[in-house]
Amino acid sequence: MSTPALKTDELIDDPSTKVIVCCGSGGVGKTTTAAALAVRAAERGRKTVVLTIDPARRLAQALGLRELGNQPRRVEVDGFEPEGDLSAMMLDMRRTFDDMVHAHAGPEKAKEVLANPFYRTISSSFSGTQEYMAMEKLGQLAAGGEWDLIIVDTPPSRSALDFLDAPQRLSTALDGRMIKLLAGPAKAGGWGLRKIVGAGFSLFAKAVSTIVGGQLLADASAFVQAFDSMFGGFRERSTRTYELLRSGGTAFLVVAAPEPDALREASYFVERLAGESMPLAGLVVNRTHPVLAELPGPEALTAAEALERRGDSPLAAAVLRLHADRVSVAQREQRLVARFTRAHQGVPVARVPAMPSDVHDLAGLRQIGEQLSAG
Amino acid sequence: MARARLHVVTGKGGTGKTTMAAALAIALATGGRRVLLAEVEGRQGIAQLFDTEPLPYAEQRIASAPGGGEVRALHVDAEAALLDYLSMFYNLGIAGRTLRRMGAIDFATTLAPGLRDVLLTGKIKETVGRTGDNGRHLYDAVVLDAPPTGRIVKFLDVTRAMADLAKVGPIKGQSEGVVRLLHSDDTAVHLVTLLEEMPVRETLDAVAELDGADLRPGAVIVNRVRPPRLPARSVTSAAGGRVDASRIRTGLETAGLDLDEDVLDGLVAETVEHAIRVQAESTAREHLAESDLPALELPEMTDGVDVAALYEMAEIMVEQGVR
Repeated sequence: MSTPALKTDELIDDPSTKVIVCCGSGGVGKTTTAAALAVRAAERGRKTVVLTIDPARRLAQALGLRELGNQPRRVEVDGFEPEGDLSAMMLDMRRTFDDMVHAHAGPEKAKEVLANPFYRTISSSFSGTQEYMAMEKLGQLAAGGEWDLIIVDTPPSRSALDFLDAPQRLSTALDGRMIKLLAGPAKAGGWGLRKIVGAGFSLFAKAVSTIVGGQLLADASAFVQAFDSMFGGFRERSTRTYELLRSGGTAFLVVAAPEPDALREASYFVERLAGESMPLAGLVVNRTHPVLAELPGPEALTAAEALERRGDSPLAAAVLRLHADRVSVAQREQRLVARFTRAHQGVPVARVPAMPSDVHDLAGLRQIGEQLSAG
Repeated sequence: MARARLHVVTGKGGTGKTTMAAALAIALATGGRRVLLAEVEGRQGIAQLFDTEPLPYAEQRIASAPGGGEVRALHVDAEAALLDYLSMFYNLGIAGRTLRRMGAIDFATTLAPGLRDVLLTGKIKETVGRTGDNGRHLYDAVVLDAPPTGRIVKFLDVTRAMADLAKVGPIKGQSEGVVRLLHSDDTAVHLVTLLEEMPVRETLDAVAELDGADLRPGAVIVNRVRPPRLPARSVTSAAGGRVDASRIRTGLETAGLDLDEDVLDGLVAETVEHAIRVQAESTAREHLAESDLPALELPEMTDGVDVAALYEMAEIMVEQGVR
């Protein structure tokens, strides 16, 4: 069975596509893919916003993002006339969290929560906060109804799955059952549980408080009490965003580099999306090295060796050798992608050739957008 | 590199950190030494690299090294480390397992961000300091496949941050030992990079950050170095798009290759891309030199990395002075 080509232009032109989520493991060029797609979608007439998480500085500058804004800003384009409109924003995780607290609590309560040391820790360095806030921001942008198309980059995590799992993890941390149990099992009505676990639990609670520090646990407990009334609202919002991700208007693009690790992560993610009934649009393999001249590698090598033996035409010999190198790299990349497509038949694939140098302006993003649409 | 006993290997995502850590472990074990290769990120990268079953939370032999050396591997699991740790002070009995099932331990390690890292670095310290029956260190060296450059200083220095939380008790004594080891000459932090702009920038940032935190950068490990094919004098003009196609055609004809115009065009395009890359690589190399750290260079493995390639890279490291 042949692998279908991923048609990104059809995807971004389709008015029913409202959200595109670019996911994949760290270092595969997700942000660049998201930005390039957004530029192209705007150029082709859609009112587009791209939500980036942690763009490289020069890419951020290319999008006119000099600092964290937390609100979309219009991108001034140069050198072409988009039929639509392009805006971009960089996620400010802390501010998004603060805004959520303000939205769900009265001024007094909000003040109390924001001042809590445990809140400060969890809103800036908890391992799932960035993912959770990316989801929250996506939910806000979608609810505003201002955009035809929202393109989301996902946090630079080790695993692509973190994006889907982190909100749940944060939810568990915030819902407070555990904190209540640890801080005061009796008060929390954890008797049933205590009976099961017995004295071990008291020991455990004691051990945890020794390790994490009694003060931290007390702060955590105070935070949870203050947060309790807001929690329902938080959970409701994250459930709604999760539903948005499963809806027909959303498309996931899994991004990978032609490397075993990145493609393995891509595989996990594709399986997970299927398990969650989330709509997969296809796989984007970034930075491939297609062969540009039809000349078999061994033939090039034989000729290079012949030239080198005679000691003339060093330039031609060098050209033959660099071509042979390129053939081996291309073959390896093809093998790796083929392994993926065998396991996931029918998943459309687009390959984006490596640019000889880094992309850091709109012209470069447009070029990548063209490569993407060419599949 | 010679003095360190704990080799921390970090790098930007996608630079081949795990591969370099494994090759370094084999290189250090060469000549009859015993080396532990440890990973802490729960992704079983070592098992995948050596093509074996997922590693348990136990040290087991994973490879032998030339000259009678041995590499053992350990997948450090934060939950297991926490239970391990608690059992030093408390008798949890079966409660430990129940708590684990409830997710209480996962919770405790996520409650205090950093607790997980404290446990992981604590376990590493224990393996570095462990002695055998003869009173000598059980491992001649420990190689840690560490978190990526963006998180490395936070990871290594978490114990110092947490030490303020636990002001007394066994935890304090334990964390002081970890801080001492990580800031001593026994520890070297090696940075894996590619000759590309972003990884090089991250490497230099990480070096500055390590210096600032009084941690010791070791070597820069440059991975996937590709051979420059063009004669040096042709690079600049080729990168600018000026390639003498007719000279190439003549040369190819001498070698008996009579190619169509479009094939020749393709070869020229490949040559231009190659030259641009060679230029970018030499700029990257110049930037790396600013760090003033010793560098190891490992070639790109065009056919991919398998166990044989790991041994090949270890040999190259030994040739470049790793021991």
